[in-house]
Amino acid sequence: MTEALRAYNEKISAAAVEDMVLNMGPQHPSTHGVLRLELITDGEIVKEVIPHIGYLHRCFEKHAESLTYQQTIPFTDRMDYLASMNNSHAWVMGVERMLGIDKDIPKRIEYIRVLVCELNRIASHLIAIGTYGIDIGAFTPFLWCFRDREHIMGILEWASGSRMLYNYIWVGGLFYDLPVGFEERCREFVDYFKPKMDELNGLLTDNKVFIDRTANVGVLPLDVAINYGCSGPMLRGSGVKWDLRRIDNYSVYPEIEFDIPIGTGLMGAVGDCWDRYKVRVDEIEQSLRIIEQCLDRLQKELKRTPDFDPRAKLPRKLTPKPQDYYVRCESAKGELGFYFMHQQNKSIDAKTGNERMNDTEIPFRVKSRGPSFCNLSVLPELAKGVMIADLIAIVGSIDFVLGEVDR
Amino acid sequence: MSFEEIKSLLIGKFGDDVIVGEETGGMQPALLIAPEKIADVCLELRDNPATYFDFLSCLSGVDYGVEAGRFGVVYHLASIPYQTQLVLKISKENGRDENELPSFPSVASVYRTADWHEREAYDMVGIFFEGHPDLRRLLLPDDWEGYPLRKDYEEAEYYKGIKIK
Repeated sequence: MTEALRAYNEKISAAAVEDMVLNMGPQHPSTHGVLRLELITDGEIVKEVIPHIGYLHRCFEKHAESLTYQQTIPFTDRMDYLASMNNSHAWVMGVERMLGIDKDIPKRIEYIRVLVCELNRIASHLIAIGTYGIDIGAFTPFLWCFRDREHIMGILEWASGSRMLYNYIWVGGLFYDLPVGFEERCREFVDYFKPKMDELNGLLTDNKVFIDRTANVGVLPLDVAINYGCSGPMLRGSGVKWDLRRIDNYSVYPEIEFDIPIGTGLMGAVGDCWDRYKVRVDEIEQSLRIIEQCLDRLQKELKRTPDFDPRAKLPRKLTPKPQDYYVRCESAKGELGFYFMHQQNKSIDAKTGNERMNDTEIPFRVKSRGPSFCNLSVLPELAKGVMIADLIAIVGSIDFVLGEVDR
Repeated sequence: MSFEEIKSLLIGKFGDDVIVGEETGGMQPALLIAPEKIADVCLELRDNPATYFDFLSCLSGVDYGVEAGRFGVVYHLASIPYQTQLVLKISKENGRDENELPSFPSVASVYRTADWHEREAYDMVGIFFEGHPDLRRLLLPDDWEGYPLRKDYEEAEYYKGIKIK
């Protein structure tokens, strides 16, 4: 038993005498998956939170060390399973840059990638908003959000053949071109969905009870957010315009107009739960703007042609030069990063007995930096001294997906 | 601030032996730092107004393989005010005995996000971080044996007397 483990055990057994130790999860619905929070409570006050994660650990990094780059794409889908497109987009971008083919990807493919990623971002934010409502006690927004999300699931299923785990974006291209009529159907959805957002705002965003439960609760100061590596809506909620779609200008985002919503402290302090929620609501509107611009381009100058092959640029073999590369992109939850270490394999020539270096399609080491992982790590800091009911509000406002925390 | 300027800044502050090498072949150049200095270097890079690397994007523990006999840690820093990135690497030779883990200084006091990243590196690769506030296993249960992301890891045959293989 290590020193740290002994100290932890002593702390828990001392707390069990003085205060109360309370387990939240791993089966509690408001923990959004299989997160176990160990609370040391003094009455209704949370003195300390100790998160225990790993219940959904599926050895992503170990798998990636024995599979080729193309074979790992379905595994990336299963990290943040609510925004699978964003995950595979990040992975594919990294591999393409290592191969040096990222500039050769046809514009139509890049626009389709951005289109499906933004659709998926809306779906992910809808879940965040809907389940946040249900955490706080509002049931109706949850049903409304799931109703609208279902349309997106249907659209993406039409394109990729799968509802949640798409394996649609491939290195050098796409699994398949968009089906005929997809752009029109997608535009119909955008027109249908825009007024629904107004309804949702009236129901939840400006709801007095909702504001009372979330404003001035779980205030995350900007310096703490940065120091804890928070990213995405979590960081922007604390009032800084940090969006990798603009910072890194990857894919075709430089050609697209959109704003970066940040928390302003409209209902309480900057960086409270309401701000984080509101950033997600505003981001949905910006994503709709991006989708409309993508559709414009896809229906006009980048129209589908009969001889267009989305797999034309697919490399036969994915053998990058030996190098290290860290790719980051803005997923629905924040900065999603993959760190690739690529080396050559050593083998012994059977005829001559000499050592030989071979190109390989398998990475030497992959590390994935999940945004939810870092966003969740700030929870013990945020939850010091709050009421247990507020802890639920704070956990919900972080919007993590355990598939990505545990990988 | 460019890569060369950061290099001379660190040499001016900590002396010549703080940087033991550099990798400039790839798309992201990396500085190889003397392992015992890493926490001081991170603190300087974070607080110096010319660099402000205030965001630790990623921290990866690496096992360089049985033949190399090296373990290392890779730090990906980002600066939010300047929108720049930097890669730092530390490594040292170490045996593969699980009772003598390779040991590096912890940067958890500089970047609080390193707390969980370092616990994960300890859990998966078996790297000990000196001065870490709470170095327990993170993703695996406390009674797990071995470090799965090591290149020579073999899964156990029994777990608490139950045959699992």
